[in-house]
Amino acid sequence: METKFYKKDKLLVLKITEEIDEFKVQEIRRRADYEIERYMPKKVVFDFNNVSFMDSAGIGLIIGRYKFASMLGGKLEIANLTKSVERIFEMSGILKLIPVTQI
Amino acid sequence: MEKVFENEMKLEFISKSCNEAFARIAVAAFASQLDPNLEELQDIKTAVSEAVTNSIIHGYENKQGIVKIHCLIKGNEIKIEVSDSGKGIENVDMAKEPLYTTKPNLERSGMGFTIMESFMDNVEVESIIGVGTKITMRKVVKSKETTESQNEFELVK
Repeated sequence: METKFYKKDKLLVLKITEEIDEFKVQEIRRRADYEIERYMPKKVVFDFNNVSFMDSAGIGLIIGRYKFASMLGGKLEIANLTKSVERIFEMSGILKLIPVTQI
Repeated sequence: MEKVFENEMKLEFISKSCNEAFARIAVAAFASQLDPNLEELQDIKTAVSEAVTNSIIHGYENKQGIVKIHCLIKGNEIKIEVSDSGKGIENVDMAKEPLYTTKPNLERSGMGFTIMESFMDNVEVESIIGVGTKITMRKVVKSKETTESQNEFELVK
């Protein structure tokens, strides 16, 4: 995962570079929570551009981070969904809750 | 008479979640004999990942056990069985419900079976409490149909 924080907008961009499954998600979750807590961003954006595989572990990851960011007063959005990532998010219904954005 | 292409493979590994990637890549490599397109291959990988994750975190609850995969190719269909000797599923109908999970504390979404069912043509679940669970999934690889005549032509050559 690559982290970028834009101070002016208090925007935290977390670019996931791993495949997302139950194994990999543990590390991604830990690192994302660490960065969110550290920067206290107004908005967190998860960038999926480099995600070549995601199963349902990705749904739990995003819902969990959404709750965590909200608890700390921030928003959460997702960006650059690949076709297969979008299909899984769509199936879960989280696209009704979490906005897809451009970065 | 036209001979139907058949092939078979078996895989066993211990129930560590780091083996999920190994399992789905191995099955995808085997399935690529059917000439699937990228989307079909992704469907198979995702369904295998869900089934294997279920065995590891629900079946064995992260204790050590053996996960078995048995794949059969017949014609343009692949059958994938994922089985464990874990604790079994108490209520299969409920487990299949979208968003139902017994482990929300682990951020499980309860979408595993829904994904398997929508990415594969058919999913059957056999489970006995205390004995284990076997998931049988089938998928017809459609892109093969268009290339079949081409293969026959190559055989004639």
